[in-house]
Amino acid sequence: MSDKAQLARQFIEAIPHARELGMDLTDLDDGRATIVMPYDERLVGDPKTGVIHGGAVSALMDTCCGAAVMAHPANAGGTATIDLRIDYMRAAKPGDAITTKAHCYHITRSVAFVRATATDADEENPVATATGTFTVEGRR
Amino acid sequence: MSLRAKPEPVQVVKQRRDTALQALAGAVPYVQYLGVHFDRRGDELTGILPFAEKLIGNPLLPALHGGVTSAFLELTSVMTLSWGYLWEDIESGALDFDLPENQPLPRLPKTISFSIDYLRSGLPRDAYARAKVVRSGRRYATVHVEGWQDNRDRLFAQATGHFLMPQRRD
Repeated sequence: MSDKAQLARQFIEAIPHARELGMDLTDLDDGRATIVMPYDERLVGDPKTGVIHGGAVSALMDTCCGAAVMAHPANAGGTATIDLRIDYMRAAKPGDAITTKAHCYHITRSVAFVRATATDADEENPVATATGTFTVEGRR
Repeated sequence: MSLRAKPEPVQVVKQRRDTALQALAGAVPYVQYLGVHFDRRGDELTGILPFAEKLIGNPLLPALHGGVTSAFLELTSVMTLSWGYLWEDIESGALDFDLPENQPLPRLPKTISFSIDYLRSGLPRDAYARAKVVRSGRRYATVHVEGWQDNRDRLFAQATGHFLMPQRRD
């Protein structure tokens, strides 16, 4: 892992809300990030089924997309979300951890463009996908 | 001239509505986890997200986590949509949250997509949100939601969501 990726990892791990949700940054390099979030009963949105709330998936997607932007070689500093759209394809299986992979596929002097996919143990069928734009900081 | 039914005493009306609101919001663990609650004026709901350290996303600024903001706006959207959709049944007494046979709760709308714009960074203080149901059909509904902190006119986030409505089993 590069120095920059190491720095990005430290930054992600210092986020109180990411720690609260038990997010684990398992891979980070060159505009790509992978974060795993374990199943947690506090995050349930439907008590009848035990399915995780979409909002918790949003938090995971947002963090992972931000990490991908910070890990991009053309981005010198931090980042903030400008917009994020999430499509929910299906409910995540109760008990399964949720894995999100984000890719910062284009970056300009001021805007980074990111796509992400979230899956549970069934990696063939995404739980949700996201597209977003983020600020690029530290180069004025 | 026909005789109209005497209006119900105000405390009966308020009690019924507040019990229903608390039952709906209280049943979702994630709502409890974030500490979100709802203020009600007639049928208008305002979501309230009290600030807590665990909601921080950027410890340097510090600022609320974007995911928390998104979750908060989504919760407020779903609750406002459900509230509108269940209102008549709550008012008529068809849905009575005081009766144990009404547990488990009615099914809630499912999010199809949620698109959020972050307009300002979320400050480390309480946040508020109000949603407007733009269209509510039998199968699909569209909701626009606004979030603010100190000033109602200075939004820190806004979002539009599309939802799949629960199908009535009758």
